[in-house]
Parts: sequence; structure tokens; C-alpha cells
Amino acid sequence: MDSSDNEQVRLLGKWASPFSNRVDLALKLKGVPYKYSEEDLANKSVDLLNYNPVHKKVPVLVHNGNSIAESLVILQYIDEAWNNHPFLPQEPYQRALARFWCKTLDDKILPAIWNACWSNEKGREKAVEEALEALKILQDELKDKKFFGGETIGLVDIAANFIGYWVSILQEIAGLELLTIEKFPKLYKWSQEYINHPVIKEGLPPRDELFAFFKASAKK
Amino acid sequence: MADEVTLLDFWPSPFGMRVRIALAEKGIKYEYKDEDLRNKSPLLLKMNPVHKKIPVLVHNGKPICESLIAVQYIDEVWSDRSPLLPSDPYQRAQARFWADFVDKKIYDAGRKVWTTKGEEQEAGKKEFLDALKLLEEQLGDKPYFGGDNIGYVDVSLVPFYSWFKAYETFGNINIEKECPKFIAWAKRCLQKESVSKSLPDQNKVFDFIVEMRKKFGLE
Repeated sequence: MDSSDNEQVRLLGKWASPFSNRVDLALKLKGVPYKYSEEDLANKSVDLLNYNPVHKKVPVLVHNGNSIAESLVILQYIDEAWNNHPFLPQEPYQRALARFWCKTLDDKILPAIWNACWSNEKGREKAVEEALEALKILQDELKDKKFFGGETIGLVDIAANFIGYWVSILQEIAGLELLTIEKFPKLYKWSQEYINHPVIKEGLPPRDELFAFFKASAKK
Repeated sequence: MADEVTLLDFWPSPFGMRVRIALAEKGIKYEYKDEDLRNKSPLLLKMNPVHKKIPVLVHNGKPICESLIAVQYIDEVWSDRSPLLPSDPYQRAQARFWADFVDKKIYDAGRKVWTTKGEEQEAGKKEFLDALKLLEEQLGDKPYFGGDNIGYVDVSLVPFYSWFKAYETFGNINIEKECPKFIAWAKRCLQKESVSKSLPDQNKVFDFIVEMRKKFGLE
């Protein structure tokens, strides 16, 4: 792969965002070289406004001059544009299940955990209950598999980076015990496999920096 | 083995309509089951334990939940006819992006139009019309979002047309005046049997919304 390949794939992202990180992980798993630009959402670049005029958000993938926005749309695009290390199984029903769990992560599970971690005293009990319920349904789906994708990292595992990595940091800052080995042994085990996976490990942002970033946000 | 296809649905649901259109486009015979959402059937609760929502497509006993996921599933299983998604990865990504846009914008903004008043309603109306105008731009000169034939985005969007009498009446807006191209596109879609047979009459939906508003104490 020569240097011109680098110019062909570009990611506009934010290092602390799990949605942006999903795309980093996907590109790294496929072994696709790319150029990364850190975006300042308080001061959006001309490129960002040009490549994602509809939502003006990150992540945005640019490939051969074409831009794609929305992390789950980008992940499926990456899987279809590069055939190695497939993220989705071949069989249509299994594909539908994987897509369902990605959507459920975004629509139900991530918001429940996020709300619990940022909840104030008044709403805390209910928010924590919902977060624990969300983690339970995710663990029930994992069953005894090594990854949601089976023996290898799949689409759901990539989409669940927030669960595998961000949750442990956020719950520590919030002083909550959500994803623990006692409460969710199988899901916890998955999170350890996940963050120690050789490619994922290199693709996640450094823990101490992420901790400092969210701790600073918590103070505001 | 003959395919057994069942659709758990609720007749005014635009999400359910999406699956009906996809099944009709592919010419698939199926059993339609209308759910009473205040009294959900044991079958629905069993087939969609996570969200307990319709639509649920059941194919040979296996449930597929979430309307757009069901539409993609139908497209992949019955791939030999009437393709809904394009074959090029970038075009597919664009189709998925715009269907996601419809999910994020149309239903919620539309809901504000018929359930709220005053400033909140005005904001909802603006959001709704702005979204329709953006979609008009995206359509451009094509007859359908899918090009020469209806595709994934058309299927995701046209069901909301059946709610337009309700939006116009309660929002006091004239959608045809604001977005003539959109209305022209919707009427073009309705000329297709797969769409006209899947969408309820606007008046029937309107009457349903009137009842809902009474229940929410909005009348």
C-alpha cells in the first residue's frame, strides 16, 4: 500500500467520541490506511460542513471524494467496500440480528447507561435501574459467545465499544457500579476480551486521557 | 418448503407500512395480523421481547424487528426481484443515510405537529417542512429516490404521506404549497399497487388521530 492510499480514505472525528472511535476500529480491523482529522465541534471546519451538511456532526468518512455520515451507516459501508475480515455474517437472518442489536445499542442501551452516569440525585435510582436492565438484555444476547460476532469481532462488537470501554470510565466518575464482574460476569468477560484484542487495543483512546476528559465535563 | 411469512402490525403505523410495501414489491404472500397496542398479543411479546413494538416480520417462525431492518432482510432473502437497495456500496450508504434521516426527523417532527400547541408546535412545523424540503432536494429530477423505480428511501418515506391530512389539519399547513415536488413524488408512488395497497386512506388515518388526540386530552 503506497502513500496515495492514505489520501483516499479520510476520517473526520473526535478522539473522545465512541461513535467516531467505531470508525477508527473498523478501518483498523480491515487494515485500511487513513488520514484522521480531529474536529472542533465548537468551531466546525469547512470540510466538516462540506462533507456532512445535513447533520454537521462527526464521524464522517471520506472515500475517493465521497462522504458518508452516521457511524452505523459508515460501518456497513466499510464492511461492503473492503471484503476482508467481514463484520457481518453471510446469512440474512444473522445479518438482521446483528443490525437489530446495533440499533438497540444506539436507541436503548447507550442512552440508558449515559443517562444513569449523568443523572442527578432525583432521577438516579430509576436511571440506574434502566441501565442495569439494558446491560442484562445485552448480556442475554451474548450468551456464551466470545464476541457478539462469534469467534471474531463483528459489527455488534464494534458498535458496542461504548460498553466495552467507555462504561468503565464513566461509571467510575459517576460513582456507580453498572458493568461489574459480579453483576454481569459474561458481559464483563467480553469487555476484557474486547479491550485486550490486539487491534482494538491499539484503536481505543488512552484510558487516563479519556478519564480526564469526562471528569472535566462532569465538573461543569 | 413453502415460506411462512407473518406480519405483526398496526394499520396506521408508517413503520408497518414500510414492511407491507417491501413484501408487496417482492410479491410475497403473507398473513397480516393487526395488533391492539393497548393489549399486546402473547405472540408479539414473544417475538419482540426487547421493544414490544410493531412491526415484527416473522419468517418461518423467526422474528425480525425494526421496520428498516425487516425491509433490508426482505431485500436480501428475496434478492432475485425488485431490488430495493442499490448494488454499489456508496449508493447503498446514501440510501441508508437518508432512510435514517427519515427516521430521525419525519416521525418526531410530525408528532410535534399533531400533539403540541404554540411555540413547540411552530418549531415542529418548521422542522417537519425543512425536512421535507431537504428530501425534495435529494430527490432532484429523479422520479423516485431509488431512481427509475421505488427503492429503500421511497419505502421508508412514503408511508408518512398517509398522515398528511392529519398534519395539515392540526398544524394548519399546506404541504402541497410548501413542498409541491414532494407531493408529486408521493402521488407517483401511490400509482404503484405495492404502495396503494399498503397505505390506508388519509381520511381513515385522520379519524384515528382525532381519537388519539381526544385520548391525550388535546381536544
